[in-house]
Amino acid sequence: MIGNVIAFRRFEPGGSIFGEEWVGLRYVRMFLSDPTFWQVFRNTLWMGGLTLVFCFPIPIVLALLLNEVRRRSLKRFVQSVSYLPHFLSIVIVAGITMQMLASDGPVNHVLGWLGHEPIRFIQEPEWFRTIYVGSEIWQTAGWGTILYLAALTTIDEDLYEAARIDGANRWQQIWHVTLPGIRPTMVTLLILNIGTFMAVGFEKVLLLYNPLTYPTADVISTYVYRAGVESNSFSYAAAIGLFEAIIGLVLITSANQLSRRAVGTSLW
Amino acid sequence: MVKPSRSYRVFQGVNGVVLTLVVLVTLYPFTNILARSFSGERQIRAGEVTLLPKGFNLTTYKIVFQDEMFWRNYGNTVLYTVVATAVAMVLTTCYAYVLSKKHLKGRGVLVGIAVFTMFFTGGLIPNYILVTSLGLKNSVWAIALPNAISVFNLLVMKAFFENLPADLEEAAQIDGLSTYGILLRIVLPLSKAVVATMVLFYSVSFWNSWFSAFLYMDQTDLMPVTVYLRNLIQGATGGGNAGAGTEQLSQVGANIQSVTIVLTALPILCVYPFVQRYFVSGVMLGAVKG
Repeated sequence: MIGNVIAFRRFEPGGSIFGEEWVGLRYVRMFLSDPTFWQVFRNTLWMGGLTLVFCFPIPIVLALLLNEVRRRSLKRFVQSVSYLPHFLSIVIVAGITMQMLASDGPVNHVLGWLGHEPIRFIQEPEWFRTIYVGSEIWQTAGWGTILYLAALTTIDEDLYEAARIDGANRWQQIWHVTLPGIRPTMVTLLILNIGTFMAVGFEKVLLLYNPLTYPTADVISTYVYRAGVESNSFSYAAAIGLFEAIIGLVLITSANQLSRRAVGTSLW
Repeated sequence: MVKPSRSYRVFQGVNGVVLTLVVLVTLYPFTNILARSFSGERQIRAGEVTLLPKGFNLTTYKIVFQDEMFWRNYGNTVLYTVVATAVAMVLTTCYAYVLSKKHLKGRGVLVGIAVFTMFFTGGLIPNYILVTSLGLKNSVWAIALPNAISVFNLLVMKAFFENLPADLEEAAQIDGLSTYGILLRIVLPLSKAVVATMVLFYSVSFWNSWFSAFLYMDQTDLMPVTVYLRNLIQGATGGGNAGAGTEQLSQVGANIQSVTIVLTALPILCVYPFVQRYFVSGVMLGAVKG
């Protein structure tokens, strides 16, 4: 039984067990000289960066706001509603996103009020990143607050009391008591986020993009998918995939090391 | 208690407004999609539909209800969810139970192997080749086996088992129960809470998943409903327009996506209020450990 279990989780190195012969770094050289690779590499960095900049801090802000709510019923209601998108299939989220941005959808409706021409969001490369990050925030921000809210409840009331006696106002209390209180959680989640930096939301991109938006939307993982599964260049695609995974591993390991030295919190 | 200052009350007001906006932004897409699904074609095209249906029309619902493929795909989703969740529960429970035994030799290595896959996966292509060469394509196993153990769930369960009192198991051992007897008669009945949470975690994730099916299934009648919806929103198929008249077709074209989104999301939305707190407590369990 254990043997089976481990077999299902086993890491399969770049397909070489199925290959005919060793070709060394041929495929690596091949993708390094492929202009499309560099384009999807840049796109990946862009989208990973934007996701990190927006999707990491928003749950923190939302959790702090929720924490200030005094009416328990209101707090619970906001929480329940904001968790909801997390439970939907990513296909549904993509479907809703496309409906909202359709030429007869609400977003273009509002643009119409403002006297703006309708925009074909889904077909425009310059809109893709905004759409992606926006729908990512919609889907994940609420659920992301859970861990912060849990951390917030563990902060000792006496610390606030002491801060008030020392004359700290609300902002100073948040800055000097609340934020340090949730710092371990913040650091842990930041490290995890950095670890998934390269992976970007593969499934979501695959659902939202189309050949018209490839110039900005195509990321490493979707390129790997098309090269490998659609065009059958398995070894080539696997080489790129491995490259991506290694960068991810290096990122998370170095983030972990850095945070252990800097703030004394680390995953392992 | 200090009397709330004026600026604090202002802040409370602003905070209330901001959170109300969050709620509205989260809910509006749902109500809009729901309204569209019941609206007439002309009103949808004119962008008049906001919160409530306009030009009430059920044509698209009727067409989708008559579409055999939709129901077959829905049935597939149920089947895949049940099978995959069962497989995942058996494997995860066994693995977690073994890992929870502190005297196990090589325990650290076994945990390490599992955790390592959280940060470094085999990648899409090697997985694809593996599943294909095992002959799992076009079967439920292609969905169930590669996703059978979620490391997060594994660690949550392991932590739970570790916290069970060891005396109980020793007593059962002295009374002559075998290892499997202990697991089935002592440990699992004590772990109902965590087992229920894990079943929920797995079933929701399998219900929502689409990519494994999309990748490993070749025929449309094997697809789960998520892939049905995916093909619809990507415009790969016209949806259930078999046997529809011309005036019906334009109505269907206007809101078939909304209708399918509503029908696909419905089961999740129905159980959501009841299962939400289990999810939250499950995540907390994991967080305390991690």
